[in-house]
Amino acid sequence: MAKVTVDGIEVEVPNGASVLQACEAAGVEIPRFCYHERLSVAGNCRMCLVEVEKAPKPVASCAFPVADGMKVFTDTEMVRRARRGVMEFLLINHPLDCPICDQGGECDLQDQAMAYGGDKSRYREEKRVVKDKYMGPLVKTIMTRCIQCTRCIRFTTEVAGTAELGATNRGEHMEVGTYVEKALTSELSGNLIDICPVGALTSRPYAFVSRPWELRKTDSIDVLDATGTNTRIDTRSGEVLRILPRINEDVNEEWLADRGRFAFDGLKRKRLDRPWLRQGGKLVPATWAEAFAAIAAKLKGMPGGRIGALAGDLVDVESALALKDLLAALGSDNLDCRTDGAAIDTSRRDFYTFNTSIAGIEDADALLIIGSNPRTEAPVLNARIRKRSVAGTFPVGVVGPRGMDLTYAQDWLGEGGATLKALADGTHRFCATLRAAKKPMLILGRHALTRADGAALLAVAWQIAAANNMLQAEWHGFNLLHRFGGQHGALDVGFVSGQPMAKMLSGGVDALWVLGADGLDLAAVPASTFVVVQGHHGEAAAARADVILPGAAYTEKDAAWVNTEGRVQLGYQAVPPPGEAREDWKVVRAASAALGKPLPYDTLEALRAKLVAGYPVFAQGDTLPRFVCTDTAGPAGDAAALRDDALLLPPGNYWQQDPISRASETMAECARTYAAPAALAAE
Amino acid sequence: MALSDKDRIFTNLYGLQDWGLKAARMRGNWDGTKDIILKGRDWIIDEMKNSGLRGRGGAGFPTGLKWSFMPKQASDRPHYLVVNSDESEPGTCKDRDILRHDPHTLIEGCLIAGVAMGANAGYIYVRGEYYNEHLVLQAAIDEAYAAGLIGKNACGTGFDFELYVHRGAGAYICGEETALIESLEGKKGMPRLKPPFPAAVGLYGCPSTVNNVETIAVVPTILRRGAAWFSGFGRKNNVGTKIFCLQGHVNKPCNVEEEMSIPMRELIDRHAGGVRGGWDNLLAVIPGGSSTPMLPKSVCDDVLMDFDALREHKSGLGTAGVIVMDKSTDLIKAIARLSKFYKHESCGQCTPCREGMGWVSRMMDRMVEGRAEVAEIDLLEQVTRQIEGHTICALADGGVWPVQGLIRHFRPMMEERIAAHKARTAPVALAAE
Repeated sequence: MAKVTVDGIEVEVPNGASVLQACEAAGVEIPRFCYHERLSVAGNCRMCLVEVEKAPKPVASCAFPVADGMKVFTDTEMVRRARRGVMEFLLINHPLDCPICDQGGECDLQDQAMAYGGDKSRYREEKRVVKDKYMGPLVKTIMTRCIQCTRCIRFTTEVAGTAELGATNRGEHMEVGTYVEKALTSELSGNLIDICPVGALTSRPYAFVSRPWELRKTDSIDVLDATGTNTRIDTRSGEVLRILPRINEDVNEEWLADRGRFAFDGLKRKRLDRPWLRQGGKLVPATWAEAFAAIAAKLKGMPGGRIGALAGDLVDVESALALKDLLAALGSDNLDCRTDGAAIDTSRRDFYTFNTSIAGIEDADALLIIGSNPRTEAPVLNARIRKRSVAGTFPVGVVGPRGMDLTYAQDWLGEGGATLKALADGTHRFCATLRAAKKPMLILGRHALTRADGAALLAVAWQIAAANNMLQAEWHGFNLLHRFGGQHGALDVGFVSGQPMAKMLSGGVDALWVLGADGLDLAAVPASTFVVVQGHHGEAAAARADVILPGAAYTEKDAAWVNTEGRVQLGYQAVPPPGEAREDWKVVRAASAALGKPLPYDTLEALRAKLVAGYPVFAQGDTLPRFVCTDTAGPAGDAAALRDDALLLPPGNYWQQDPISRASETMAECARTYAAPAALAAE
Repeated sequence: MALSDKDRIFTNLYGLQDWGLKAARMRGNWDGTKDIILKGRDWIIDEMKNSGLRGRGGAGFPTGLKWSFMPKQASDRPHYLVVNSDESEPGTCKDRDILRHDPHTLIEGCLIAGVAMGANAGYIYVRGEYYNEHLVLQAAIDEAYAAGLIGKNACGTGFDFELYVHRGAGAYICGEETALIESLEGKKGMPRLKPPFPAAVGLYGCPSTVNNVETIAVVPTILRRGAAWFSGFGRKNNVGTKIFCLQGHVNKPCNVEEEMSIPMRELIDRHAGGVRGGWDNLLAVIPGGSSTPMLPKSVCDDVLMDFDALREHKSGLGTAGVIVMDKSTDLIKAIARLSKFYKHESCGQCTPCREGMGWVSRMMDRMVEGRAEVAEIDLLEQVTRQIEGHTICALADGGVWPVQGLIRHFRPMMEERIAAHKARTAPVALAAE
């Protein structure tokens, strides 16, 4: 530790800390543009200059290491003059277009100019103008506003791992760009908008939409992938205008994947905003009373065993529990939340969770990826793997399609079952790497379990973990990577029992309640089965519905979500559901009354009390238990049944994977821009 | 008290003899190199410290001290010697003559410096425009390899030393030592933050020392003839011999090796045939390459050419590129041209330099015409102060010093220019009507 005195305040900071960190520890604010906690230090904006005793010149506090006994001054004439000077230089070539700039009101340059700048311009020469550059459908550029802080360059190079931004030319002609003009290819590109301290990189979909002070801010959780990114939803007049990440060091640090950030315009299109009834083979608009009456007419008196329920990828925990309780009241235990057909074993939680935890990736020292492309399935989680990879020796083996660009070095081991068997029985060359590691981990993609031999694959994956030192008393290296925010929570409330989904879809039940699985194709369900679809988007499921109950999307309800690592997080209602749509647990509660079996809770609080009472994992809040493996006995699947054929990744492009993103214009534009024409045709 | 021929280090500075190894050996190069090396690292560094040699690249940092910063204990990281031959300072062309006429002084110096800092590899970063010079240097290195002077078991000492030549692409900033390292690594030439200094984290992240060509090239002779001999020239703290580049409005422009602390007037009169039109026709001199502030004639009359004397007059020895300007010179235009140069060569990393150089240059352009207000001279001065000392490297400092020098010594000239412009462009009074 080093003792440093900042403006007379004595603080102790670790050796190797920067002067800026010491100043922050002392509670002294240091203005900065190029410095960012999560990026390497560039030291080029010169805004953070401070005076250090015995130093002849002001020093850049972000880059200057502390020394024991150092005296730092941040409020001397020298510092004030330096800041004023830098501020003046930044502004002489910065356009005075704050009134039409989307960054206005949340602009570092604007704020710091107020605090440290002069009151008038002394610059009489011509201002520099820089041509805007095309960076794709998400990031809009107004390059004249760029102050060359190089944060964006460092972000793409260091965090996103797609070194596609750089500076060309020098001196005052230095420009940031993609060298050859092209769309950014990172799934994390939206973070450039947050990271840009000025209005040079702004959101294209949000351009000229609103001012920050007009927005109502609501904390939420992104459910369009299973990372559980903490978000803030900005709304105005009941409309979602943008989604930004919140800081959560354990989950997403401060990043947000592009689908979670930009797909929200899909919330306004193809919505189910009123109940519908099938009459004479056609769906006709109905009232809630009519819809419930129709359901009651069918379900009352039906034997419990002939009723079933499915919960989909985007289902919240409370409504899943409510539906489970309703089915139980009706005498049924036919529940399945694995609508993608993944052969998940729910007998133990660590069979289906990301046991290592996302932050735990940084402690791992070897990684095996099976049947997953984390870059497209969970971009923010992938950034954490990259962070670990950049930090030092981190062998990554991949079983799956060859040639995936994961943004870090990887060792392709094979494409399918044969390789997995070799890894399980210890004959594969990569086993030596895994066994030499102290904390090896594997990531199994959920989609891989949708194969016909999914149960065998799960069993083999567990065997690989057991055989390669991943299951330890102090370390759990077995990880299942889910794909959507509702998948883990539904498993946690035990939405798997009775008939499996395949049986329910093929006539095993006479009435089927489908919740939050808008994209599920029910065309094969026999005509004799009465189908209730409760959801928010009119997709494949609605087409087969006999009754449609309009529900709320994740932005429209207070709900708990469980991310892939089993972390329970609360999202809040940012906007009301459209039209007559209602929050899903309320719909189920109302239906239960119509069916004469009222559920024993009238408020969300009561429902949550029951949730916590019945399922202790929900009592832990958003903290995780320690990751230990106390029982190495594997899942029930028969490992010998594993076939040798190749593991496949989820079909389709990154941009359109769920009902919301499929309805999104922005995401469609991305798909047009990024997906190869052949891939589009194949869908 | 001019330097006598027997005390010259660069005996083929003018290329009157062959640059090749045989001729170089006749001139005394590579004589007893093995013995020097076998005296060991500590002896070399001590002798260099005793010689009082200060870096010849412009900053004048004591060379022996700089070498002693290299880690003493060998680790798994190799050490590197990097020779800065990116001589781009306007008014400076001394390294060029060493490269093309006396390359073996440099190669021998590299070997000895390599021994002194435990570096088994050296890189010579040659300015891109020095194409022919780099061919000569490479040929000389090949000769040295063939003769067993460098390479494996250099000079039969058991010390391995590899020497590589790298050509730059013509950016002035790549003469800044950390930008040079970046460029050598294949990146954009942008200075690095210091600390860490190159002696700790330099080329490829390994301990490195960057020295100027002239600094390295004088080393073998100093060690052969002794520190006392070298420190016998010049004044205290400003010892030794130095190559001066005399140009501008002199009768016979030349490069000349002279004793440090020689009076400027003597230097110009003796070696460059005097100022064009006589000493009284002198207006000002830029004493040390374009980035040092100019000195008016009154100072030039008796100033000594060394680090400390010039610093007393708020200028510097720099690279000792002496630019002489007689009374026919438009000083404002001359400095405006230099401002344009520094604006063009700013790497664009630090805000004050990137934005400020353009501002200064544009204001200087107006000053040339006089299209400005008198108060703007003060603004110009303030802007240069706002730039100076606020950046990562010293390019910005060197870029504004010429302007500061102009304002310091020739402000009345600028005011006159502004007044003349005002008189010329004032609305004509339509008196009679």
